[in-house]
Amino acid sequence: MLTIENIETFYDKVKVLNGISFTVAEGKITAILGNNGAGKSTTLNTILGLIDDQPEKGTILYQGLPIEGRETHRIISLGIGYVPEGREVFEELTVKENLLVGAYQRRDKRAVKEDLERILTWFPALKDRIGQMAGKLSGGEQQMLAIGRALMNKPDLLILDEPSLGLSPRLVTEIFGIIKEINKQGITILLVEQNARMAFQVADEVYIMENGRFVRNGPAVELESDEDVREFYLGIKENESIKGYQRYKRKRTWR
Amino acid sequence: MISQLLVNALVAGSIYALIALSMSIIYKASEIPNFAQGEMAMFSTYITFILLSVLGWPFLYALAGTLVFAFCLGFLFEFIFIRRAKEPNLLGFIIITLGFQMVLYGLAGWKWGSDQRTFSLPFSESEVVFQTESVVLTEHNLASIVLAILVMAGLYLLLEHTNLGLAMKASQQNVRAAKFNGIPTNRILGISFGISSIVGAIAGVLVAPISTLDPSMMWDPLLKGFAAAVLGGMKSLHGVVIGGLLLGLVENLFGFYISLEFKSIVAFAIIMLVLFIKPSGLFDKHYVRKV
Ligand SMILES: Nc1ncnc2c1ncn2[C@@H]1O[C@H](COP(=O)(O)OP(=O)(O)O)[C@@H](O)[C@H]1O
Ligand SMILES: [Mg+2]
Repeated sequence: MLTIENIETFYDKVKVLNGISFTVAEGKITAILGNNGAGKSTTLNTILGLIDDQPEKGTILYQGLPIEGRETHRIISLGIGYVPEGREVFEELTVKENLLVGAYQRRDKRAVKEDLERILTWFPALKDRIGQMAGKLSGGEQQMLAIGRALMNKPDLLILDEPSLGLSPRLVTEIFGIIKEINKQGITILLVEQNARMAFQVADEVYIMENGRFVRNGPAVELESDEDVREFYLGIKENESIKGYQRYKRKRTWR
Repeated sequence: MISQLLVNALVAGSIYALIALSMSIIYKASEIPNFAQGEMAMFSTYITFILLSVLGWPFLYALAGTLVFAFCLGFLFEFIFIRRAKEPNLLGFIIITLGFQMVLYGLAGWKWGSDQRTFSLPFSESEVVFQTESVVLTEHNLASIVLAILVMAGLYLLLEHTNLGLAMKASQQNVRAAKFNGIPTNRILGISFGISSIVGAIAGVLVAPISTLDPSMMWDPLLKGFAAAVLGGMKSLHGVVIGGLLLGLVENLFGFYISLEFKSIVAFAIIMLVLFIKPSGLFDKHYVRKV
């Protein structure tokens, strides 16, 4: 559904993405894991055309269509929903207005109304606060709102950047339950996470990113049993691979 | 006497409020103080004059033509000049608006320059619609108040009840988020400039009958409108309307009780006072971000 090939992204001449390639299969949940600063958000921003200087190298195909270099609103109109890191709800718009902004590209106004009702039944907390300013919501509610807003675009592909960030464990579980549920409705998901444990629970395919490149990838069930992944991302240590760990501490990478 | 004073204050305040609104719409959308606002309004007013007096259009058609022109002027100003600015910063934008102001001023001076025009609008400053012992209300007074109310109601409907208004508000608050929700933020900014220019043009048409139609006709009203906007808080639309009305009131009270000669410095004094005491204006609320 989404194919990224050899993308390089720079911030002011500093190369942040070193020619990365990956694919998101239709109907599946694909997760990109990696530590803070690895380049995960930059990857998503590149796909969405949100980087000021668009990369000149590489291609991004969405349903076979090249979208690199296009304006963000045109990319969104192809049926992509985006839930950014830190939620970015419109704090001085009401919950309802936030949701309606998400449907901006849609012209089927009657269906928008129905979808609004439907999404509110998924997120009862939002329904109770429909007229409130989004800035007054709690972090968890804002995350729900950001997801609901992205769904209002009726996306075929939903992209989420660290939806668990700053939420309590109970809320994290709830959010991941929702993500799974959305995927069951036929929406393809690209998920970026630092919370590897949760990501492995929902993902079909996992990519692991370090310093702007992928160092491991594969089906979640396979990667989950990879020794290094268990050790460095899931914090599980079985055998005494002290040497590997020391190398990791020294180099902050285990390549 | 005091009731006449209030009428005068309300009329002046309405016009100041319109100018303040036109500045505020752009400021909210882009954080650019548009110093070309007055000349854009002046230019649009000349268009009214041409449509009405030279081409002989009926007033409502001429007004409609003016508003279309004003919209295009604002939209194109954004499209041609503001959007081209690479590495934009505030100073650069201010210089662009000052440059555009001079271009319009020069053009108007060259094309229509020296001779002052009289301008017959259906609302005249000498026709009285309502009179008691203590108050006189002229056609122009009434037109100013009514048009200001219509503009405010129109803006309210636009912002609270249309998709375009929603997109404008969203883009003002977070351009990036507006983009990834599918809003063409550049086009919305251009439209905001166009709408602002329309509001300014209406103010211009109201200023022309009480001043003369010449290229510098908006200098004084613009300073007043700017003062009103600063007083109300540039980013609050209802704030700048209240700012406009307050300025109209203070100015007229000052003119009556203290000095007619120095009435015009009230606006300047208010700008200074606000900048000293509460630079964000009376009604600008600063949202505290939740982390
Ligand atoms: N707007 C920016 N300007 C300059 N450098 C940036 C910007 N955003 C991110 N970076 C840098 O790019 C690298 C990758 O960041 P990011 O994609 O946000 O990582 P992640 O999302 O994996 O935590 C980091 O080193 C970060 O400091
Ligand atoms: Mg990130």
